Amino acid sequence: MINETVVDLSRLQFAATALYHFLFVPLTLGLSWLLVIMEAAYVMSGKEVYKDMTRFWGKLYGINFALGVTTGITMEFQFGTNWAYYSHYVGDIFGAPLAIEGLMAFFLESTMVGLFFFGWNRLSKAGHLTVTTLMALGTNLSAVLILIANGWMQDPVGSAFNPVTMRMELTDFAALVFNPVAQSKFVHTVSAGYVTGSLFVLGISSWYLLKGQHVEFARRSFRIAAAFGLAGTASVIVLGDESGYSVGEAQRSKLAAIEAMWETEPAPAGFNLIAIPNEARQANDFELRIPYVLGLIATRSTSEVIPGIKEIREKNRQRIESGIQAVIALEGMRKNPQDEAARAAFKAHEKDLGYGLLVKKYVEDPRQATPEIIHKAAMDSVPRIAPLFWSFRVMVGLGIAMLALMVVAFWHSVKGTFQNKPWLLKWALYSIPLPWIAIEAGWFVAEYGRQPWTVFGVLPTHLSASSLSVESLWGSIAGFVGFYSLLLVAEMYLMFKYARLGPSVLHAKTA
Amino acid sequence: MFDYATLKLIWWLLVGVLLIGFAIMDGHDMGVGTLLPFLGKDDTDRRVMINSVAPHWDGNQVWFITAGGAVFAAWPLVYATAFSGLYWALLLVLFALFFRPVGFEYRSKLPNPAWRKGWDWGLFAGSAVPALVFGVAFGNLFQGVPFDLDDSMRSSYSGSFWALLNPFALLCGVVSLSLLTLQGATFLSHRVEGPLQRRTILAARVCGVVLLVSFSLAGMWVARMEGYVLESIPDVRGVLTPLMKEVGRAPGGWFANFNNFPQLWIIPVLAYAGVGVVLACIGSGWTLLSFVASSVACVSVILTAGVALFPFVLPSSTHPDVSLTAWDATSSQLTLTVMLWVALIFTPVVLAYTSWAYRVMAGKITRDYIAANDKQLY
Ligand code: HDD
Ligand code: HEM
Ligand code: HEM
Repeated sequence: MINETVVDLSRLQFAATALYHFLFVPLTLGLSWLLVIMEAAYVMSGKEVYKDMTRFWGKLYGINFALGVTTGITMEFQFGTNWAYYSHYVGDIFGAPLAIEGLMAFFLESTMVGLFFFGWNRLSKAGHLTVTTLMALGTNLSAVLILIANGWMQDPVGSAFNPVTMRMELTDFAALVFNPVAQSKFVHTVSAGYVTGSLFVLGISSWYLLKGQHVEFARRSFRIAAAFGLAGTASVIVLGDESGYSVGEAQRSKLAAIEAMWETEPAPAGFNLIAIPNEARQANDFELRIPYVLGLIATRSTSEVIPGIKEIREKNRQRIESGIQAVIALEGMRKNPQDEAARAAFKAHEKDLGYGLLVKKYVEDPRQATPEIIHKAAMDSVPRIAPLFWSFRVMVGLGIAMLALMVVAFWHSVKGTFQNKPWLLKWALYSIPLPWIAIEAGWFVAEYGRQPWTVFGVLPTHLSASSLSVESLWGSIAGFVGFYSLLLVAEMYLMFKYARLGPSVLHAKTA
Repeated sequence: MFDYATLKLIWWLLVGVLLIGFAIMDGHDMGVGTLLPFLGKDDTDRRVMINSVAPHWDGNQVWFITAGGAVFAAWPLVYATAFSGLYWALLLVLFALFFRPVGFEYRSKLPNPAWRKGWDWGLFAGSAVPALVFGVAFGNLFQGVPFDLDDSMRSSYSGSFWALLNPFALLCGVVSLSLLTLQGATFLSHRVEGPLQRRTILAARVCGVVLLVSFSLAGMWVARMEGYVLESIPDVRGVLTPLMKEVGRAPGGWFANFNNFPQLWIIPVLAYAGVGVVLACIGSGWTLLSFVASSVACVSVILTAGVALFPFVLPSSTHPDVSLTAWDATSSQLTLTVMLWVALIFTPVVLAYTSWAYRVMAGKITRDYIAANDKQLY
């Protein structure tokens, strides 16, 4: 059996490195389009201030980009190093978007980023703008492809199990690419990036304005960021609703956990604004609810019933029992391919194979799964409620808070009055961290909410890990923490230093 | 379109193409990084060296990333088994690579000499360590790696990190390090001038000689080594797993492909020819030709190793029968087909804009250029 500690540490390491990678990704996603907008303004108006804007925000972009790349390579390796069985089991499907991402997106963004920085005097104005646009396109393409991969883990379409090779294999490439879960994930995630880029520019520009420095530069940056940020925040919210809908379709367990909804309710279900979930009692100690709302978000109808956690666990218990038959039949088939009875039994229970694997967390041989073990596995089949419930509300709450800021900022930027509104400038400055908090919370909801699966309904997390030693994992975690902390210190130091220096750094003799 | 066996063969070639692309492209900026602390006598020299690759190193590194992705997609079991088995070797490469993006981007952002010197050594480590480990890994493939597969295809590895660093593997490490450093030196000789260029040419000569000697020694060693041979395998056009074949070991087994198809000897011969051209021409101003010749050496050295191993990709020293080969460790036919189309469409596009980027940035990097563009350059 796989060492439980190894699985937990592998999860910890993956979660930490992924969350860390995603500190840098959203700023790259958002700033790249802001650079395109600023440079387009330069090409069209010929005003030097727009060129300075592109180059200065571009410097900060570069400081961030370097760590995006550094931490991304880790992610690329980690499926193989730490999730070897996962890589074998689903690599036939999952590897494809990853390889395509390299070929289609990473080459483009990485080649263009070099020309963006070093091509200013060697390209025509239009040529350089094209480079910047291709760079932005490349970063966004990389998001599409990785989210296709991730969307497949949330809702494994277009694939089937092959008992000979003991793995999932691709059956429909178009279904993989056009997976609705991946689509809604993509639009929600990149809009989150646009919000991040905008608030970053908005906040730093506000700071210059508060200090009365680089006023012309800051005013123009503020306006662009406010407009782009308003669009971004509105779309992240609208598209978050879309994500909610697709989660409702694909992963009832996640939805129920996010909502702390223990009992199945008559449609349309109500929405818990606040609740104190109690795992032991399988009920909420306290709840404040708004009627009808959840039903509308999750099903887009007033008549469809959303199952509660208890009902989901009960259904999963039945699927686990059926899945155990599939696992046993599969073993029989592999020992003796002529065994027709096993073949027939496998066919009958195949769709529950993944559920059968859930008991392997507790027993090596599923024949020995007692009713208590099956009960435990069924309880596991919905993740812990409180962390999901609250991180979701953090994300949504911050989304609404940022929308308010963007509306006000945009309003005053249209009126041209934002400069003499210190409260607004301070509000924007202190809001800089908010998108990052919302984003990390969002990923937590998406990934922790998928537990106990790495590939929903197909492959349990505890089977996915590599057969490594506990010492190796502690060693690598220590290595990542050490390296990443040092890199973060260097990054923050440069980021603050260059932000303080402001656009004058482009012209001064020494920095 | 293609039958399954042909697809498997094509993907063996495509992975080879990506590795070669990595060696030629990322190889030259890693070579420059390796030479950085030794050839750059002062800060300006070092900035000249760094800026000769500054606009391109990131795009070049994507050859490496894409090779990783392609192995994942085309040979999932190889990706899973090799990466988890060689856990610490991989992490070593990874930690070394961490220094590159930040090294390039952050180094010249502060004038402090200690800061800059520190990152210079970081860039050195980020370049030399992967170049060395690349060869060490190939060396271990020739010797076999201690792993097993159970009936559910879960791999388990029984070796230690230190066992990877045996004499033969280290010799292969010298081959790859000198190969990539040669690639860097020939590239640099084309992009710089003056005393720095003279030092670069000397470095290229040293690397060329080291490469020839170590490559020859490794070849002689392999000739005496026990190679792996396929004794039986079901029809390679079918759906296979690594559990279905028998593998034996025989002295000189790694030369079987060359002996069966003597035309293949042209490949190692080209490696000698490539290095020979570098040694002959680099001193007389034929810098571009030298770079091309060095790239030919990259192609031939990697292909020599690949052809010797074929069809093995990851031989198991403890359970030879479960060795992973190009016939039985691949993805499904549909995945290989789809990915082939993707590669056929996008590789030319990538090559097109990459060469455009090099054209835009062409020309000598001089000390004056650095001084004049102090704030814009790395
Ligand atoms: C929604 C977007 C997104 C997500 C979910 C991920 N990444 Fe990422 N990644 C990017 C968006 C991105 C980017 C915007 O394209 C980056 C970040 C900053 C950057 O420089 O490029 C990047 C960089 C980056 C690089 C370096 C590319 C280069 O050299 O240019 C690699 C290898 C990866 N990522 C791999 C991964 C893997 C294997 C992930 C899955 C766990 C992952 N990323 C999650
Ligand atoms: C960059 C944004 C991402 C973040 C912040 C993120 C976050 C997380 C977190 C918090 C976990 C731990 C969940 C838990 O164990 O409780 C996790 C696990 C995991 N995620 Fe993600 N994730 C990201 C992107 C992805 C993508 C794009 C993929 C696949 C393409 C992916 C694949 C996985 C895998 C394989 C695991 C480990 C198995 C597991 O614990 O479920 N993640 N991630
Ligand atoms: C205000 C309304 C919002 C709603 C209704 C909403 C809804 C959701 C839902 C349901 C998920 C889970 C998707 C899944 O599990 O597959 C999610 C994930 C996520 N959210 Fe939000 N969200 C909102 C706001 C925000 C904001 C403001 C940000 C950041 C600026 C953000 C960033 C993310 C990220 C990065 C993820 C993970 C990627 C993904 O699964 O799409 N969200 N969101």
